[in-house]
Amino acid sequence: MLNLISAVAAAGGAAAVGPPETHCKTGTKMTDSKYFTTTKKGEIFELKAELNSDKKEKKKEAVKKVIASMTVGKDVSALFPDVVNCMQTDNLELKKLVYLYLMNYAKSQPDMAIMAVNTFVKDCEDPNPLIRALAVRTMGCIRVDKITEYLCEPLRKCLKDEDPYVRKTAAVCVAKLHDINAQLVEDQGFLDTLKDLISDSNPMVVANAVAALSEIAESHPSSNLLDLNPQSINKLLTALNECTEWGQIFILDCLANYMPKDDREAQSICERVTPRLSHANSAVVLSAVKVLMKFMEMLSKDLDYYGTLLKKLAPPLVTLLSAEPELQYVALRNINLIVQKRPEILKHEMKVFFVKYNDPIYVKLEKLDIMIRLASQANIAQVLAELKEYATEVDVDFVRKAVRAIGRCAIKVEQSAERCVSTLLDLIQTKVNYVVQEAIVVIKDIFRKYPNKYESVIATLCENLDSLDEPEARAAMIWIVGEYAERIDNADELLESFLEGFHDESTQVQLQLLTAIVKLFLKKPTETQELVQQVLSLATQDSDNPDLRDRGYIYWRLLSTDPVAAKEVVLAEKPLISEETDLIEPTLLDELICYIGTLASVYHKPPSAFVEGSRGVVHKSLPPRTGSSESAESPDAAPAGVQPSEQPAVIPTQGDLLGDLLNLDLGPPVSGPPIAASSVQMGAVDLLGGGLDSLMGGTGFAAPSTVVPANLGAPLGSGLGDLFDLTGGVGTLSGSYVAPKSVWLPAMKAKGLEISGTFSRQVGSISMDLLLTNKALQVMSDFAIQFNRNSFGLAPAAPLQVHTPLAPNQSVEISLPLNTVGSVMKMDPLNNLQVAVKNNIDVFYFSTLYPLHILFVEDGKMERQMFLATWKDIPNENEAQFQIKECPLSADAVSNKLQGSNIFTIAKRNVEGQDMLYQSLKLTNGIWVLAELRIQPGNSSFTDLELSLKCRAPEVSQHIYQAYETILKN
Amino acid sequence: MDNTLTADFGNISEENIKNNFVLIYELLDEILDFDYPQNSETGALKTFITQQGIKSQHQTKEEQSQITSQVTGQTGWRCEGIKYRRNELFLDVLESVNLLMSPQGQVLSAHVSGRVVMKSYLSGMPECKFGMNDKIVIEKQGKGTADETGKSGKQSIAIDDCTFHQCVRLSKFDSERSISFIPPDGEFELMRYRTTKDIILPFHVIPLVREVGRTKLEVKVVIKSNFKPSLLAQKIEVRIPTPLNTSGVQVICMKGNAKYKASENAIVWKIKRMAGMKESQISAEIELLPTNDKKKWARPPISMNVEVPFASSGLKVRYLKIFEPKLNYSDHDVI
Repeated sequence: MLNLISAVAAAGGAAAVGPPETHCKTGTKMTDSKYFTTTKKGEIFELKAELNSDKKEKKKEAVKKVIASMTVGKDVSALFPDVVNCMQTDNLELKKLVYLYLMNYAKSQPDMAIMAVNTFVKDCEDPNPLIRALAVRTMGCIRVDKITEYLCEPLRKCLKDEDPYVRKTAAVCVAKLHDINAQLVEDQGFLDTLKDLISDSNPMVVANAVAALSEIAESHPSSNLLDLNPQSINKLLTALNECTEWGQIFILDCLANYMPKDDREAQSICERVTPRLSHANSAVVLSAVKVLMKFMEMLSKDLDYYGTLLKKLAPPLVTLLSAEPELQYVALRNINLIVQKRPEILKHEMKVFFVKYNDPIYVKLEKLDIMIRLASQANIAQVLAELKEYATEVDVDFVRKAVRAIGRCAIKVEQSAERCVSTLLDLIQTKVNYVVQEAIVVIKDIFRKYPNKYESVIATLCENLDSLDEPEARAAMIWIVGEYAERIDNADELLESFLEGFHDESTQVQLQLLTAIVKLFLKKPTETQELVQQVLSLATQDSDNPDLRDRGYIYWRLLSTDPVAAKEVVLAEKPLISEETDLIEPTLLDELICYIGTLASVYHKPPSAFVEGSRGVVHKSLPPRTGSSESAESPDAAPAGVQPSEQPAVIPTQGDLLGDLLNLDLGPPVSGPPIAASSVQMGAVDLLGGGLDSLMGGTGFAAPSTVVPANLGAPLGSGLGDLFDLTGGVGTLSGSYVAPKSVWLPAMKAKGLEISGTFSRQVGSISMDLLLTNKALQVMSDFAIQFNRNSFGLAPAAPLQVHTPLAPNQSVEISLPLNTVGSVMKMDPLNNLQVAVKNNIDVFYFSTLYPLHILFVEDGKMERQMFLATWKDIPNENEAQFQIKECPLSADAVSNKLQGSNIFTIAKRNVEGQDMLYQSLKLTNGIWVLAELRIQPGNSSFTDLELSLKCRAPEVSQHIYQAYETILKN
Repeated sequence: MDNTLTADFGNISEENIKNNFVLIYELLDEILDFDYPQNSETGALKTFITQQGIKSQHQTKEEQSQITSQVTGQTGWRCEGIKYRRNELFLDVLESVNLLMSPQGQVLSAHVSGRVVMKSYLSGMPECKFGMNDKIVIEKQGKGTADETGKSGKQSIAIDDCTFHQCVRLSKFDSERSISFIPPDGEFELMRYRTTKDIILPFHVIPLVREVGRTKLEVKVVIKSNFKPSLLAQKIEVRIPTPLNTSGVQVICMKGNAKYKASENAIVWKIKRMAGMKESQISAEIELLPTNDKKKWARPPISMNVEVPFASSGLKVRYLKIFEPKLNYSDHDVI
C-alpha cells in the first residue's frame, strides 16, 4: 500500500517537477536560499521522489529542502524512512544533513529510528575519525530509549578511540546519555571510563571529561564522582595551560569545587591559576576570579601572597570594563559581588567606575551602585563631585539614583556628611521636582544617622513642601516635620495642610502623618489638641486600613492613659540606622561568589531560584524527599516519643499560639465595622490596654516609623510564664518541669543578638531551648554554639541549626539537643555553664545556670533493700537538711510531680500524722542521691516539707534541693 | 560567533542566513556539543566545513586525522603545512585614549586602551616572540646590564593590565613576562592592554561653545598637534556632535574639509595630513529649531580619529623575533 502511494507520488512528482527544476538551474549563484522558496502543496511527494532518486546531487538537494522546511517549522516527519535511506552514503556532507534530520524527528518516530541504528554502529567504526565522532555525537542527541541501548557498545569503543577528537566527543556523549538514562550509564561503567579520561594525554579530552563529570555530579550531589585529590588537581592544572579557552573554563569551574587541604595547597593552586587572568576571553577571566575568590578564603590575610593576589585581581576586573556594554554589565554585576565580599581589591580603582557619557543606562546604574560600595574617606571628595555631576544629567532614573547615592555616602562616610548635605541643598535649589523629592528622602536618612547636627537645613526643606507629590517624599518630609516639631514654628500648620487630603494619601503617608501629629502633640500639647483628635478619629474611624487603625488606637490609648508614658514611648531614642544598605545577605553572597561567571551572579540569585530545566528539577527533587520523610515521621514519632528531639518543640509552639491568640483578641473588636460606636471599641482595647502599655514599654518602642502592631508577637516572653503554669500540670506526662525562658544574653551585650532560653528534659534526652532574637538592623546568619567544659560534661549533641538567616526584628526558636559526654571540669557554682555563640557579626560569651533536674535519669529508682543499705552506708556527715515552706501539694501530689522529673518514691510511711517519702534519683554521671521527705501539714492547704538528702558527693545536695524546690513550687 | 560567521560567508543578514542555513547548522554543530562550547576558532572550523563554496575537495585519510589532532591539540588555531611565497607579518598598534578635560584644558583623567593586531602570513609553524617596552620586563632584564636600565628607564611604560589571545602562553608570560606564541593564520588580535600613567597626548582639542539666543549655537574648535614637528599625523577626523534639533550648519575651517552630517548628528572634519606643533581651527554656526523640550543638550564629547607614527601610551615594540618581520605602525586615538 505504501509502495503504491509512493509510486503514484513519484509519478505525480515527476510531472510537476518542471518549474522547480528550472528554478534550480537558473539559480546559478548556488546559494541555499532557494530551498526555502518551494511552498507547493504536493511538495512532500516531490521530495519523496527526489530522495529516492539515484543521483547523488539530486538526493542532496532534496535533503536540503527537507531541512529547510524543518527549519521554518513545517512537519516533514512523513519523509522519515526516505531520509534515513539516504544515510548510507560516504558523502560526509549528505550524512551530516541526514543526521541533523534524525536528531529532530527521531523522537516522533521511535520505531523508525531503530532503522538508523545499524548505520550508526557502522559509522562508529568508520576509518574517518570525523565520521566516527559525528556518529557518536548524533546518537547521543537522539533521545529515544530504544536507541540508547544500542549506543552503549559503540560509545564504549569510542571512549577508547585512538583519535582524541572522537574521545572528546564521546566524553560529552556520556553526559548526554546520563541525562537520558542515568542508571544505564552507571551500570555500563561509563563513569569509571570517564574518570580515566581525566588523565588523558590530550587536554581537550580532559576538559570535556571534566565538563561531563561535573554535569553528572551535579545531579548526584551525594556521590563524589569528581573525587579530586592533589594528583588529579595537578593534572588538571597542567591541562589548563594547553586546552582551548572553553576547556579552560570547564577546568576552572571544576577547580572551584575543590577543597584544598590547607592554605599551602590553596596558594599553589592560586599561583597556577593567576596567569589565566590575562586571557582575552572574559569568561575564562571570570572563572579564574571565581577560583581565586574561593581559595582566598583559605589564605590568611597576613600572608604576603594574599596581598599580591589582591593586587593581581584588580587589573583584570578593570579590563573587563573596557568591553562591550553587555559584557560590562555582566562584569559589573560580578564586581558588585566581589566588592561586597572583598572591597579591598578595588578600593583604588574608583575612577574606572565613573560613569561615561555613552554608557547605556543599565551600566550607569550598576556603576553607581559599585561607586557607593567603594566610597570611603579617601575618595569621597572625588565621588561626591562625580555624583553631583550626575545629578544634573537628563535621565530621570539615573539622577534619582545619583541623589540617593549622595545620601548613602553621607551615611557611610561620616566625615563627608557635611559636604553631602550641602551638595544636597545645592540640588534642592535647582528646584527640579524629582531631584528635590529624592533629596528630601535621603536627608531624612541623614537626620536619622546624625541627629541634631544638620537641622539648620530644615527651613530650606520646608520651602519645597508644596512641590512634593510622591508618597515617599511626602512621608519623609512629614517625618522631618514631626521629628523636629519643636524647631519649626508653623509645624502645626504644615501638618494640618497635609491632613486635609488625608484619605487620598497613600498608607505610608497616612501612617507617617499620624505619628508626626502625635509627636507634635506631645511636644506642644497646648496648641495642637484639636489636631491630634482630628487625626486620631480620621485614622480610627474613617479608615479601613487595619494598620492605620491599630496604630491610631495604640496612640489614642497611650495618650489617654498616661501621657508621660506616651512621651517616653513615642519620643524614645531611635536606634541608629545601619551604614550599608542593599547588602546581599552574607550566606547568599558566599553562595553567589561560588557562581561567579554564571547567570546566577548576574541575577544575584542562587541558580535554584530561576533554573527550571533538568538541573533545577534534580535539585528540587532532593529536598522534598528529605522533607517528606521528616513530616511523615514527626507525627508518629512525637506521641511515641521515639524522637525525643522533636518533643521539646511542643512547648515553644504553644508560645507562638499564645502570640496568635493575643493578636486575635486585638483583632476582632478593631476590625469590626468602623461605624460602630467607638466607645465599644475603646472598651475592647481597654481589656488589653494595660498589657499593651507594658509590652510597648518593654520593647523600647523602636522607631515610631517602623512600629506596626503586628510586632506584638515578639515581646510575649514575659507573659509566657503564665502559660507555663498550665503546662506544669501536663509536665508529668510530657517530661520534667521546664522553667520559662529567661534572657541569658541581652541584645545590648551582643550587638543586637538577644538569646533567651531554658533547659528541658524529655524522655531521656536533655535539650536547651533557645529563642534567638535579632534586634539589630542587620541580617544575622552563620550561627554556631559551643560550651565550655563543665561539671557534668554537658555538650551540644548537634550543631546549632538556624536554617534561614535571621532578619532584623525576627526571632527563631531552636531546641538544641545536649548530651553529657563532653569534657568535665568542676565549675563554681556546680551548675554553671559557659556558652559561646557565634554569628556572622562576632562571637559572644555568656554563662547560665542549669537546673540540676535535667540531669536526673530515668532509671533512678532504687530497690528498697538497696536503698536501706545505701542510706546506712553513706556517712551521716554527708547528710544535708533543707526546708521547703508552703508547698501547695499533698503527699501524693508531691510524689507524682517529682516522679515526672525522675525523682522516684520508693516507700511512703505515715509517722505521727506526717507523711514520710523515701526517694532516690540518679544523675547522668552515675551519682545516686537518696532523699527523705517529711511532709508536715502547715496552715490551710499548704504543707511544709523537710528534706534530708544523703549523697556520696555532698556538694550536689544544695543544687538538688533547689531542683526540688523549683519542681514543687511550679 | 559573529566573527566566525562573517569569516565564512561575509556579512550577516537575513538573506545570508537563508543562503547558508546548512552551513550554519554545520557550524553550530561543531561549535557546541550538548551546550558545551567546543571550539570557536575560525581557522580551525573552516577545516571541518564541507559545504561547497568553502571547501569541498575530497580529503585524504591523513588530512582527516590531521584535522582532528589539530583541533584537539595544543595549537588548535593553526594547522600545519601552510605555505606562503612571501612570509609577511604585519603589526598594528591601535590605541584609544579616553580623556576627560576640565574647561581650563587640564586633563582630569585619561587612560589608554590599546590593541595589538597582527596579520600573519607565515609558512610552517613559526614560533614568535614579541617584546615591548613594558616596565616590568625591562626592569627584569635591566638587572643584568646596569647602563641599559638607565637608558630604557625613561622609555619604558607601565602597563596596568593586558590580556592575550589564546595562542599566547600565559604561564610563560606570568613567569618571564615574555610573550611567545605560534600565531594563527590571518588576522587576529594578539593582545589588549591598558595604561593610565604618562600618557602623551598627540593633540590638544580646545572647544568653545557659545549659545546665542535660543536658536543659535556657535562652536569653535581648535586642535593643536603636540608632537615633534618632523612627524606627520595622517587621516585626522574630528567629530563634533550637534544637538538633535539642528536645522542647518555653516562651517568655516582653515584646513581640510568639514561637513555636517545630519544622519549622525555631527560635524565631521577631515584633515589629510598635519605636522607636529601646528594648530588648526574650525568654527561653525549651528541653527537650531526651537523646541519646547526642556531638557538641556547633554553635550556629548568630541571624538577624534588619527593615525600617528607613535603610540600615546608610549608603547613601543622592542622586538619581534621571526623571519623577515615587517613592522608597520599606525595608531588611532579617540578623545
